[in-house]
Amino acid sequence: MLMRRNPQLNAHGELIHLLSIEGLPKAVLTQILDTAGTFLSVNDRDVKKVPLLRGKSVFNLFFENSTRTRTTFEIAAKRLSADVINLDIAKSSTAKGESLLDTIANLSAMHADMFIVRHAESGAPYLIAQHVAPHVHVVNAGDGRHAHPTQGLLDMYTIRHYKKDFSNVSVAIVGDIVHSRVARSDIHALTTLGVPEIRAVGPKTLVPGDLAGMGVRVCHDMAEGIRGADVIIMLRLQNERMSGAMLPSAGEFFKSYGLTPEKLALAKADAIVMHPGPINRGVEIDSAVADGAHSVILPQVTFGIAVRMAVMSTIAGNQA
Amino acid sequence: MLKLDAESLYAELRQGVRALLADGTRPDAVLVGIWSGGAWLAERLQRDLSLPGTHGVISSTLHRDDFGARGLAAGTDATALPFAIEGRHIVLVDDVLYTGRTIRAVVNELFDFGRPASVTLAVLIDRGGRELPIAAAFAAARLAVPAGQRLRLARADDGGFSFAVTQAH
Repeated sequence: MLMRRNPQLNAHGELIHLLSIEGLPKAVLTQILDTAGTFLSVNDRDVKKVPLLRGKSVFNLFFENSTRTRTTFEIAAKRLSADVINLDIAKSSTAKGESLLDTIANLSAMHADMFIVRHAESGAPYLIAQHVAPHVHVVNAGDGRHAHPTQGLLDMYTIRHYKKDFSNVSVAIVGDIVHSRVARSDIHALTTLGVPEIRAVGPKTLVPGDLAGMGVRVCHDMAEGIRGADVIIMLRLQNERMSGAMLPSAGEFFKSYGLTPEKLALAKADAIVMHPGPINRGVEIDSAVADGAHSVILPQVTFGIAVRMAVMSTIAGNQA
Repeated sequence: MLKLDAESLYAELRQGVRALLADGTRPDAVLVGIWSGGAWLAERLQRDLSLPGTHGVISSTLHRDDFGARGLAAGTDATALPFAIEGRHIVLVDDVLYTGRTIRAVVNELFDFGRPASVTLAVLIDRGGRELPIAAAFAAARLAVPAGQRLRLARADDGGFSFAVTQAH
């Protein structure tokens, strides 16, 4: 049988697109995290810019709203000396009926070297990656419920920064896991990097049953889910993705699964609390926790720039 | 195949760098070794010349001109400059000077940290083959090495230096 190559890797096993963490070898993930460490120190220089993407054009293609992710990609690309073009696609051609691939063909004619894509449809970045010229690179900035690989990588960077090592930590992911591309990317990354204990915590309606097959312990009880955890990743309750009556109310959810100082006390004394943002205070996380000593939510944002610089410079340096 | 005695070349380099530091034109100069071979040399020179403080290390990776063809090279995180660059006299140390492209990249990297008063280059071996207008103020040896050969400094566990000459592919 013909083995299909992972579309993110070239024949030498080097990363040329970042579409999903699933299927990427540990060495590729570790190399990105190590490279990100370098870029974090670029912030300490007089000149906070390196010329790796000088002369390249990076197109931010966000078919779905985002402020944090789009901005951090833009900052990352600019720190690498790329020219950044932001397209507000929701208001432009697509609204006039242009197909995704026609949009890409037109932007390619404008000499795009890299596309950063966010799309409501799972798999859209894959489709784009299959149709671009060999020198063009694609980064998935979130596709539907499927994947958000740079968020997954920056979460891994954050965990490694505070916990030093993946081999001895217990990570609890709490909340709306069924709709969360972040959770999916995190679980693939944590598994690949050898984290021994991953727990998925939330109500039956929001925690898919097939997670056990991915080596994840499913907990429907919050206390059980976070007891003794080193890392707690809170997810946003995604109102805009919620269809049907999956939850009685946001208030009910907070009572059972919202992270309060009392519940946090069940985790390890030096546990860190993460959140991909934007946070809903009083829905999934109490303000006292979000702003408290265990919270690393804002460092995550800073690390996100360095991780995105690492991803862009890595793929730009590899040939298809 | 070429045989080179790295330890006796190092003794020459030590004399040369001592002279550069003592000639009165570079007050309070600091040593910066180019990762990785040059960094080993700078580390040992710092000790053998009893210089105060710690030597600097600099990597060419973020400014290389072959990034498009070769991608990110190792050593991206090697740059460590434990002193202010602004207004400093810098003595760059490397094992082998060849095309000059690494030096060009490293000088750019250095300027990301400030504006040095001067930058001077000292190397173990100048093997010719320059592709840029760059010269070393001191070279322990100047010799022609065929383009197909790769010259690389190695450091043993006891800190001793040796040269490995390999056929480039």
